[in-house]
Parts: sequence; C-alpha cells; structure tokens
Amino acid sequence: MGYFSDITRGLSTAVKGLTVVIRHLGRRKVTRQYPEPKNEYILPERARNRLYVNMDDCIGCDKCARACPVDCIEIETVKSIPEEDLGVTTRFAKKKSLWVTKFDIDMAKCCYCSLCVWPCPTECIVMTEVFEFSEPKRENLIYHYATMDAAEAELHRQNRANYEAQANVQRAKQAADRAANAPAGPPSSTPPSSPPPSAASPWANKGPKH
Amino acid sequence: MTAIYQALYEFISRFFSPSIITLVVTTLVYAAIPLVFILVYGLVAILGEMKISAWLQDRLGPMRTGPKGILQPIADILKLLQKEDTTPRAADRPLYRLAPWVAFIGSYAAFAALPFSVAYIGARLNTGIFYILSMGSLVVVSILLAGWGSDNKYSMIGAMRSVAQIISYEIPVALAVITVVVIAGSMDLQTITDLQAGGINNWFLLGGPKHLEGFGGSTNFVLVPVMLVAFAIYFIGSLAETNRVPFDVPEAESELVAGYHTEYSGMKFALFFLSEYASMFAVGSVASILFLGGWQSPLGDTMNGPAMGFLWFILKGLSFVFAQIWIRWTLPRFRVDQVMRICWKVLIPFGLTAVAAASVIAVAIQ
Repeated sequence: MGYFSDITRGLSTAVKGLTVVIRHLGRRKVTRQYPEPKNEYILPERARNRLYVNMDDCIGCDKCARACPVDCIEIETVKSIPEEDLGVTTRFAKKKSLWVTKFDIDMAKCCYCSLCVWPCPTECIVMTEVFEFSEPKRENLIYHYATMDAAEAELHRQNRANYEAQANVQRAKQAADRAANAPAGPPSSTPPSSPPPSAASPWANKGPKH
Repeated sequence: MTAIYQALYEFISRFFSPSIITLVVTTLVYAAIPLVFILVYGLVAILGEMKISAWLQDRLGPMRTGPKGILQPIADILKLLQKEDTTPRAADRPLYRLAPWVAFIGSYAAFAALPFSVAYIGARLNTGIFYILSMGSLVVVSILLAGWGSDNKYSMIGAMRSVAQIISYEIPVALAVITVVVIAGSMDLQTITDLQAGGINNWFLLGGPKHLEGFGGSTNFVLVPVMLVAFAIYFIGSLAETNRVPFDVPEAESELVAGYHTEYSGMKFALFFLSEYASMFAVGSVASILFLGGWQSPLGDTMNGPAMGFLWFILKGLSFVFAQIWIRWTLPRFRVDQVMRICWKVLIPFGLTAVAAASVIAVAIQ
C-alpha cells in the first residue's frame, strides 16, 4: 500500500464506521426496562415457565410424574369407593375415580422441558407465563397442588381400607357359599394356558414408580 | 445587608486601596465564571457521554436517577466523593497528591484565554493561542507526576505513553494553529474571532474574511483545501492531546487498567476526570475559534451579540465534544507504533505543507 492510499483508506474507513454508528442515534432502543409495568413483557409463543395444575381436572393418572426426566412431580392417589361420585373432568368429560391426596411439584428441580404437559389426558398440567417466583428458601419452591388436607386424605384412605376389607369379607363369604353349594368333585386343575412372564421380559421392570 | 457590605468594605479599605479591591474582586468574578462553567459542563458531559454512548449502541443509558436519568452524573459525583481516598504505601506522596491539581489547573488555565463572547474573555492576551497550547502541555507534567508518584507499573507505562504521545502531537497541532495564525496575522483569540465576523463564509475554514482589506477578498477561497487539511490535523491532534479514543493508548483499559490514574480514587480521581472533560471542551472551542468563527453567529449579524455569542461558542464547543464522544464509541484503539507513525509520518508532513501553502498564498493574495 502506498503512502497516500493508506491515508485515504484510513480516513474513508473511519468515515464509513462513523456513519454506521451515527445512524443508530435515533433508532428504536432495544432495552426493556424490566420491572416497569409500562413495558409489556411479551413472552415468546409456547414459553415454558412455572407449571400449574388444575386439580379439578386431574384424574391422578400419574402420567406426568412418569414422564418427568428429573422426578420433580410426586403424586399419591387413593381409589374411591363405589358410593363416592367424583364427577367428570370439565375437559373431555373423563370419569374421575381416584382421590389425589398429594400432588407436589418441586420447581427447584424442574427443568422446564414440558414433557409432563404432553401426556396429560385432560390437559390439566400446563406451563404458565409466570416467571417471577424466586424464593429465599428452596422448600418454598415445592408447590402443593393437592386440594385436600392430611385429615381428608386420611379419611379417604380409611374409607378405601374399610371398603376393601368389607369386599374381602364379602368375597370370602361368596367363595365359601360357592364351595358349599357346588357339587362335590375334584377342583379344576387345568394348567395355565401361557407361561408366567419371565424376569427377562422387557416389561418386567416397568412397574409404577415409588 | 447593605450595611454589612458597607462595614466590610470600610474594614478592608483600611488595609488596601480601592483600586486593588476592585482588581481582586473582578479577578475573582472573572475567574469564577469558567470554573462554574466547567463544573456545570462536566455534569452535562458525563451524562452526555453515558447517554450518547448508549444511544449509539441502541441502549437507553441511565434511566432511573431522576426523569430519564438526568441526575445520574450528580449521583456519580456524590458516590465518588464518598470513596475512600487511598494512597499506595510506596507512593511518592507529595508528587502523588500534587498531580491531580496540576492536571486540573492546566485544563482550567486554558479557559482564561478563551473568548466566550465579545463581552467575556478572562484574559485578552496577544499570545492567546500560544498560551493555551502551553497550558495544554502542563497536563503532561501532571500525567508524569501521577505515573511516577503512584509507584505502579501500569501508571508508569501509561504516563510514559501519554507523555510521548502528547509531546509528539503538540507539533502537528501547533502547525495547524500556525496555518491559521499566518492568515489571521494575530495570536489573540479575540482578534481571530473578530476577523471571522459576518457569517459562515468568513470563517477560516472557508478561507477567512472576504470583506476586510488585506485578506484577498473572494480569492481567499483558494485557502479552503489548506484550511481543511489544517482543520483535520488540528482535530486529530486534539483527540490525541486529550487522550481520547482512538488515541487512548495511555489509558488503554484492556492493557493498562486505567493508565496514569490507576491508583487514584475519590476526589483526586474526580479532578483527573474533570480535567479530561474540561480539556475536551477547551480543544473543541479552540478548534471552533480558529476555524469556525468562535462566538460569531454563522448567519452574520442575525442572532449575534454578547449573549448569543455565549450560546454559539458553547454550542460549537459542545458539538466538538459530541464528535469526540461519537468517535470514541466507533473507532478501535491504535497501537503505540501506529500512533507515532500517524503523527510523524502523516500529520507533520501535511502540517508543514499546509503552513508553507498558507504562507505562500497569504503573501500572494494580501
């Protein structure tokens, strides 16, 4: 590069840079002044933030807990007894038959993958737009969605236990009756038509968690 | 109140003659005006630097202190004043303490010879521009004091770079100034400003006055290329003299922490800071006096006069400050060898050519 071409190049590139920069002076600023309400925080579509569970619709199927890769959802359920009518879900009108006694989501563990949302048959677990939920204590991030307290849960557990005990008594009685009424003869001893599932079966370890 | 003043005056006049009292009081008032100006301007310039840099980067800048963040410089200064005034254990204490004051005095003293308006000039020296250039050199002393006194390698390197740079760039700056002085025939800044009366086409950037005897009338338009070169040299040199980007090798955050003022905190740092901003305005206003008519209105006699003069002068000075900020947030820093190369191999030859050309033209057309 020659002496004069160096100078012209230096000056012209400097001017080029300066024009690029000065054009930004009046441009729309990209800064958002975060907590101020006048700025709307438009989250991107399908933003994944805090989970919410609509317990009216939860049927206690445990699918979300199984889908969770970090095990942050804990669900405990009690089967209802025939006298109890739990109604149907508002969405899809699914019949509810389980008392959900515990539905805890630990948002400190949650990885916001949204994998729990997709399997839900009643679409009752959803990602909301709430993202300001910091807490001074980690325990406070465990959200308890179950609508019943410990006493009520215990009541339902008791009801179920009583019902099952009664049913067992009933069944034993019926069996005894059948045995008494049936004509005497050798009990049927047909061998099982198929062999019991072996431990090597791929389904062997896929029981419910917890 | 009047009685108190009367009594005070009588008490003082027992020891001093009235003429001395008048002299002292007028001197103090005259000296206070630039000081007040520097302090107010300093606040504006700090905010301006923050805001303009933010806007140039599509940011908002400070927004929380006061409406739109305009009180941010005041908050910054209050914070700065609360800071612990530290001195390194191994520092050369007298020099370390002296340096910021010398820096500020150097910048402040330059304001004495600046004609703010037809009605106000601190000291009308017949060597005004020479005085201002020499006061600019006083800053070199303070930088060297600071670098040496801090006993910090970064300060020392920064100070040495700064001194080398400022001393080198004084030459092209002086050559650019001489180009104007040759045409104007005076070093008095008020005279130089007076010559440029009558609107934009009498400014020295466009060849100087057309209406006065002895300036070649309209033919002095031939000076325009010479003056443009001189103006460019002056502007580039003034960036280097104030240690602004792209000539900020003495401060070079990424290499030298903060250069010569690495070890300074609190009020001492504030003085360096104020001195830097005052120098920015001083070199900008000198550029506007030499090339852009100083306090003269660009429209000739309309909107001219003592009060409007202040306005034009400050406006022109601030636009140079704006340009310096704009350049700072655009260009990267030169290497030390590039800084020296630009000075000695580009600016000085061009400056000498400009002086020679201006002299020849001046002789030919006047």
